[in-house]
Amino acid sequence: MKFKADRATLMKALAHVQSVVEKRNTIPILANVMIAARDGKLTLTATDMEIAIVEEVAATGVQDGSCTAPAGTLYEIVRKLPEGAEIQLDHAGGEAQLALRAGRFATALVVLPTDDFPSMTAGALPHRFSVSALALRGLIDRTRFAISTEETRYYLNGIYLHAAESDGEQVLRAVATDGHRLARVEEPLPAGAASMPGVIVPRKTVAELRKLLDEVSGDVDVALSDTRIQFKAGSITLTSKLIDGTFPEYDRVIPRDNDKVLRVGKADFAAAVARVSAISSERSRPVKLSVEKNLLEISAASPEQGTAREELDEGRMSYNSSPLEIGFQARYLNDITDQIAGEVEFRFSDGAAPTVVRDAADSSALYVLMPMRV
Amino acid sequence: MRHPQLYALHIAHVDCDAFYASVEKRDRPELAARPVIVGGGVRGVVSAACYIARLSGVRSAMPMFKALAACPDAVVIKPDFAKYVAASRQIRALMNTLTPLVQPLSIDEAVLDLSGTEALHRAPPAVALARFALAVEREAGVTISVGLAPNRLLAKIAAGRDKPRGFCVIGGEARALLAPESVRLLPGIGPAFARKLESLGITKLAHLQALDEREALRRLGEDGPALVRRARGEDSRIVDPGRETKSVSAETTFDTDLSRREDLERHLWRLSEKLARRLREADLAAAGLTLKLKTSRFASRTRAQRLSSPSRLPDTLFETARALLARETDGTAYRLIGIGAQPLAPGSDADLPDLADPLRPKRAAAQAAIDALRAKFGGDAIGKGRGFPGRRDKC
Repeated sequence: MKFKADRATLMKALAHVQSVVEKRNTIPILANVMIAARDGKLTLTATDMEIAIVEEVAATGVQDGSCTAPAGTLYEIVRKLPEGAEIQLDHAGGEAQLALRAGRFATALVVLPTDDFPSMTAGALPHRFSVSALALRGLIDRTRFAISTEETRYYLNGIYLHAAESDGEQVLRAVATDGHRLARVEEPLPAGAASMPGVIVPRKTVAELRKLLDEVSGDVDVALSDTRIQFKAGSITLTSKLIDGTFPEYDRVIPRDNDKVLRVGKADFAAAVARVSAISSERSRPVKLSVEKNLLEISAASPEQGTAREELDEGRMSYNSSPLEIGFQARYLNDITDQIAGEVEFRFSDGAAPTVVRDAADSSALYVLMPMRV
Repeated sequence: MRHPQLYALHIAHVDCDAFYASVEKRDRPELAARPVIVGGGVRGVVSAACYIARLSGVRSAMPMFKALAACPDAVVIKPDFAKYVAASRQIRALMNTLTPLVQPLSIDEAVLDLSGTEALHRAPPAVALARFALAVEREAGVTISVGLAPNRLLAKIAAGRDKPRGFCVIGGEARALLAPESVRLLPGIGPAFARKLESLGITKLAHLQALDEREALRRLGEDGPALVRRARGEDSRIVDPGRETKSVSAETTFDTDLSRREDLERHLWRLSEKLARRLREADLAAAGLTLKLKTSRFASRTRAQRLSSPSRLPDTLFETARALLARETDGTAYRLIGIGAQPLAPGSDADLPDLADPLRPKRAAAQAAIDALRAKFGGDAIGKGRGFPGRRDKC
């Protein structure tokens, strides 16, 4: 195998694939990137056995062949080469070292045989659809904060992606919950997605995908089966195993009849919560919302540090129901208001029941928050 | 008894002597001169050993077969906890006549603050305590050891110095008295920590006493200065009657070693039920769980896991502990399994609605129904299938 590529192209591709590589892996070949040239095309592949990223790279003077080399080392070397450098890689085959030249710099890297490199491409992916990168970003950004890290309930360690019906509309829905909060976000259902099974996309896959989406505009091709999902955007293909589990019947926990509606400007509210919650360094301490007709008081108390409160009144909030006191973890409130642009709408039932939070101007996202005792 | 500060000291540590064994001897006077071991099962451990049995080297928490090897003529009695709890309550009631500041530490141990009680008893604490010790012998039929000192640490050390039926006083001479003692004398320094200290050249409390604050921090880390203060006999903890329990647990030692996951899980389920019941009785919940295993070679393994939210549902406790157990069932044979709730949360926080568990309210209601049946018909009236051996186990 032999090819030439410019530093910028190679570095970008290596950055993508090497982030999948397990940093503390026990299987040596999983630390490697597979470099393969076939029919004039060059691809880089990395996998941790759960996720695989394959990227096509523009190269010249391509001679077929393949090898695997340490991803981290290769990336570091390429990164440190001068900008605009042309890099030549040359592998004679078998156990020969991989020679890299750029200008007067030369290195030879130990390789591992390509045959040992695990393949993740096997198996058909019968369900296929396209979704815009923008929509996919929206689905991820507004749900990923609620993904659980709890190992016992492994089926919560990802985003549940499925086709659903919402107010008569067919939607692609993303749901995540850790038991304390739940995020449900919808996008119009792309053509071809109606028959897809509900799948749980693991947290690490979500993170890797989200990184790639920063660099993508236009559409992402999604293909999936019961056990695997694949995202293809431009020259990059990310394939991942899915979490083998049953996502809870989240619909049952979304309150339908909460009728006490508080509306408050996001900026005012978020700033007040931040100021008030600063009284306690303990992250799990609740912030109390005391709401009555046209008055919202946000308060917090810490046995060691003291108390803090802030009032938001008419003009900055509206509420037209019976008085209510309810407590939430400040961090959970922040995570949700971070996703809201203009006005935050709370729908309460009482001080102990799940509360619905939405962006007053956007019905595509819905959040449910469990109160804390105050 | 003489001590220059005898009438000025007011913190007392009270420890019953070989409590379970003493209660048994009280009820069976013919055993008075025999070695008595209280402990359970073919493969259980020693819960308590009377002082005669201790002469042969029997210690509590020792496996029963070792205890019987050391003391073959011992009388082994299965524990009757109801009886011990009753005796403990009786003693606790007598303590409460001494002072309202009684902090129970376990079923047979408590620390008392008698400051300001002289007018009430028309006697200094030392005298009131001596009368109390006699009252306990008379009314509860067991003997106690009392340590009287200026603080809790020294009171505990004093109570242990003159057992059984002891009354020991430590006052201003504490530092000199502690100096030649092994570091192991301090509560909280076990064999592992002692080995670590030894590697630093510290074996006697005098070595710790000699360190200044900065030196202690440098050589022993963050907890060093506090350790040095304790080595000098200083302790600022107050006697707090409202002090809550720190952990609730349940464990069992098997009749034969077990290594198969399904066998271990069967015990784990029963323990989960027991733990859940104890948590309910104490109006507490588990915010985290600890799984404890002891291998056939007596190596301990403990694994801990926070719960996503506090619980006292057997199901939730079991599922969490089971995940911890799964990683330890690697063919190793175990002789003991236990689970503990730690940290604890107030009972009012238990099993709040969980957005990821829509069926939790149903399970909680089912558990309440099971509890009601058991309250009416006894503990074995109803149980889940997983608590019983499967068909495969029988053949």
